[in-house]
Amino acid sequence: MTTRMADRRPVVLQLMLTGFLVLWLVVAAFPFLWTLWGSFKVEGDFFSKADWTRALTGPLTTVETGSAFTGAGYHGAWVQEEFWRAAMNSTIVVICVVCISLTFGTLGGYALSRSPYRYAFWLLIVALVFRAMPPITLVSGYLLPFFQWNLWGHLPTAIIVLVAINQPFTLWMLTSFFRNIPKDLDESAMVDGCSRFQAFRYVIIPVMWPGVITTGLFSFLLAYNDFAVTAMLLSKENQTMIPKIASFLGTTQVQGNVMFAVSSVISVTAPLFVLVMFFQRQIVSGLTAGAVKG
Amino acid sequence: MKHRTFMWFILPSATAMFLFIALPIVSVLTQSVFAPHEQVIREVENCTVFGCVASTTIDQDATRALREAEPMGRFVGTDIYGDRNHLALSEIGQVWANAGGIGDFFSRLLNLPFYAALAFTLTYTALVTPLSLVLGFVIALAVNTIPRFLRGPMIFFSLLPMIVTPLVGALILFWMVDARGILGAFMQWLMDDPSLSVKASTPLMWAMLIVYGIWSSAPFAFVVYYAGLQTVPQDTLESAMIDGASRWERIRYVIVPHLLPLTTFMALIKIMDNFRVFEPIVSFNASAHAQSLSYFIYSDLGGETRLLSSAAATSVLTILGVIVLLSPVLVRTWRNFGKGVA
Repeated sequence: MTTRMADRRPVVLQLMLTGFLVLWLVVAAFPFLWTLWGSFKVEGDFFSKADWTRALTGPLTTVETGSAFTGAGYHGAWVQEEFWRAAMNSTIVVICVVCISLTFGTLGGYALSRSPYRYAFWLLIVALVFRAMPPITLVSGYLLPFFQWNLWGHLPTAIIVLVAINQPFTLWMLTSFFRNIPKDLDESAMVDGCSRFQAFRYVIIPVMWPGVITTGLFSFLLAYNDFAVTAMLLSKENQTMIPKIASFLGTTQVQGNVMFAVSSVISVTAPLFVLVMFFQRQIVSGLTAGAVKG
Repeated sequence: MKHRTFMWFILPSATAMFLFIALPIVSVLTQSVFAPHEQVIREVENCTVFGCVASTTIDQDATRALREAEPMGRFVGTDIYGDRNHLALSEIGQVWANAGGIGDFFSRLLNLPFYAALAFTLTYTALVTPLSLVLGFVIALAVNTIPRFLRGPMIFFSLLPMIVTPLVGALILFWMVDARGILGAFMQWLMDDPSLSVKASTPLMWAMLIVYGIWSSAPFAFVVYYAGLQTVPQDTLESAMIDGASRWERIRYVIVPHLLPLTTFMALIKIMDNFRVFEPIVSFNASAHAQSLSYFIYSDLGGETRLLSSAAATSVLTILGVIVLLSPVLVRTWRNFGKGVA
């Protein structure tokens, strides 16, 4: 069907469509390639007032370092500015957030999908309202109590806050996945003598892995990409990668180092690139899961 | 499911949301009606041989004692909401009285920081949401026409702008449009103006932020529409063709209505996301030209002096804004629920 329609498409239209797609491909992917290439140059080349082609050939890089490519940005960021510490903090935060979110979320999502009562529905609506609130508005509510109870600045605080902010989304997504699993499955397990929890643990969870993995991916992205919470709630030693990059940019008071920021931007993007490569199918199914059913 | 079992299952999740979402809202509300204590001023007389001079000093101990005794600060009611940095009621009165015409009124209104932030946030939301949906739809239609083996890589590259950390994605674009970057140089060449700089121009900065918004949210619309296109009923399309519908008419009368529920869903999600626009303003270092509500709160919270009360008042106003934006959805859900369509 599709091919038959494609055969009948006028040449001009086909050319326009192809041209449009190529243009979109460039718009979507070229900035990443450009920055990757530029991260191996010195600042004078990547940000060249005189001639933009210097970012390609790198004459100043050759003059300053003796070769057209330099790892100085990476060395400066990872070793000198201790970006590795931020990377470690990010790893801890992300792993904890994903594990705790999924544990809470599967339990809650399962209950919501199996409850016929009104309050389950209203709980989901409340979660939707919570999902809509900008995280930074909540952060301004945290600061004063956290200062007073000495909770500010520690990784566990940021982790539990991110888990909570993640919950509304996780609940929605997992509830919609759980609804796809027929009720007969756990009900027959309970007829056979399982308790509700046993039915959940031994019957539902094994068939739920695809949904759990997809939701986990989105929890991962939320924790990994967060700036508002981690920038405001973590002390300087406990900073994760994204606030660390922001600190490389400098402010009016502090001189930043842009090339450190460029190389750490590439370092942050690389894992995401790999993630999309391996989990493209799950990400797509996750994005469409809520939508297609409305 | 029994009420009791339900409660145990939902407990961890509900507790987390209650403690870290519901209570902070209460905390924000209370903070917004309290202002920090002013310093305790004490009058002292310094007596020397030439006589006594009265002077005022700050009583550090008393100030500290007062701040520790009442950490919330002093109760000021809705004063903070009315001050210049928020609703600026008295300033609006003045502007209204002095303004020559409605255009002048609005341009002066936008000098007030809260209204400037609100204006940017609403403009951003109102432009980025529909434009990214349209762009995503066109990409989905185009990808649907190419051979199957090319679609996977196409989706892969299309996902990148959405998946990448917002702060990082915005930085990557910003470095390119910088006056010393490749796109910046191209724009200077195009406009034949070597001094052209996004950093120095408010309209350009707004345009760039909106371009970033569309760039980063079009992939979502694309993926969802693309999935929706796979479910368009083929017999309806075929009968439309037999009835002589042109390519455009088939899109207009078969495909678009079929995808309409998806559009409302995505518009809802995107309005929520765009209303909280924040990271690109940090990345673009745009605060001199454009502030969003989220950024306004962030700049109050950061820095040496943490203006917690001011941030709290803006947060409350922002939350109210979110509820207003969501109200059509909430009302509709309420009505549907009355009909028993949960």
